[in-house]
Amino acid sequence: MSWSLLFKRRNSAPVARERLQILLAHERSALGRSNLISLLREEILSAISRHVKVEPDKVQVKMDRGDAVSMLEIEVEIPNIAQDRALAG
Amino acid sequence: MANVVVVTSGKGGVGKTTSTAALGAALAQAGENVAVVDFDVGLRNLDLMLGAERRVVFDLINVVQGVVRLQQALIRDKRIDTLWLLPASQTRDKDALTDEGVARVIADLRTRFDWILCDSPAGIERGATLAMRHADGAIVVTNPEVSSVRDSDRIIGLLDAKTEKAERGERIAKHILITRFDPARANRGEMLSIADVMEILSLPLLGIIPESEEVLRASNLGAPVVLSNPGSAPSRAYADAARRLMGENVDMTVPSEKRGLFTKLFGRRAA
Repeated sequence: MSWSLLFKRRNSAPVARERLQILLAHERSALGRSNLISLLREEILSAISRHVKVEPDKVQVKMDRGDAVSMLEIEVEIPNIAQDRALAG
Repeated sequence: MANVVVVTSGKGGVGKTTSTAALGAALAQAGENVAVVDFDVGLRNLDLMLGAERRVVFDLINVVQGVVRLQQALIRDKRIDTLWLLPASQTRDKDALTDEGVARVIADLRTRFDWILCDSPAGIERGATLAMRHADGAIVVTNPEVSSVRDSDRIIGLLDAKTEKAERGERIAKHILITRFDPARANRGEMLSIADVMEILSLPLLGIIPESEEVLRASNLGAPVVLSNPGSAPSRAYADAARRLMGENVDMTVPSEKRGLFTKLFGRRAA
């Protein structure tokens, strides 16, 4: 194994954590368990798509729970074409 | 007042039976009257973990069906006289368990013991739902690994929906017990950390059981790990977890093996 490969090998635990968070948010909503993340995701998606066209899977909502405060992270990918059109109109 | 606690996980092989035996023995050592009940009909193993496999005459199904009285099926541990086993049947299948029959047996156990630990079968089928049905509390055994965490999440959903307590609109007390944890790998980012699992499952932690060779050794010997090697890391972790179960405030640590200088220098680490 070369040195570059050795150093490029990323930690796998953060990947596991990320995959679980996304998967469980989905499964909890599918199984009818109230889940803030999936509710927010739906409402944010519908609010944004009133103005620009977004693919449902281009909206990522994450929540990091802390003791005192929690961090809500929203990532929305908007295609440039839609943005151009919105600017032109 | 008696406490009925289900030890469950969804996924198989994470340590439900090992944990039931160890926690049962630790509670009994603390002077509590404990019954451990094997709900894994057809695939019983709690008898093996307790080294009582040759003493099984009657089982849970016989009692549920009213063929024998509860006292006839209960097996007293040879080492701790406040620890009792109600074994599962090895020859019948889970359909022989009826909801009413299980309710009657649990009610009977409540009058005789301080703690009733129900060792659930893996899966989310009838056997697992019957094991959790009458519980006041649940211990969700989880390995720091994606499939185990996912299945634990699913079981938590069932605990909030399918238990008698949940149906009455009450909340069942749920705790996570993390087993097979390797602090060194978690520190290197190779294993989900305790914080990761806690955040994902958002339930209080009952204990952290470190990965250890002692657990297999205990199962080979047919003794709960807290009896086969009381000073070992997993035994101390289980003893702490049992004290938390009894309501004591115990600092959450991951016990490590006390290793001599020789093993520190030359010993191989447990795989």
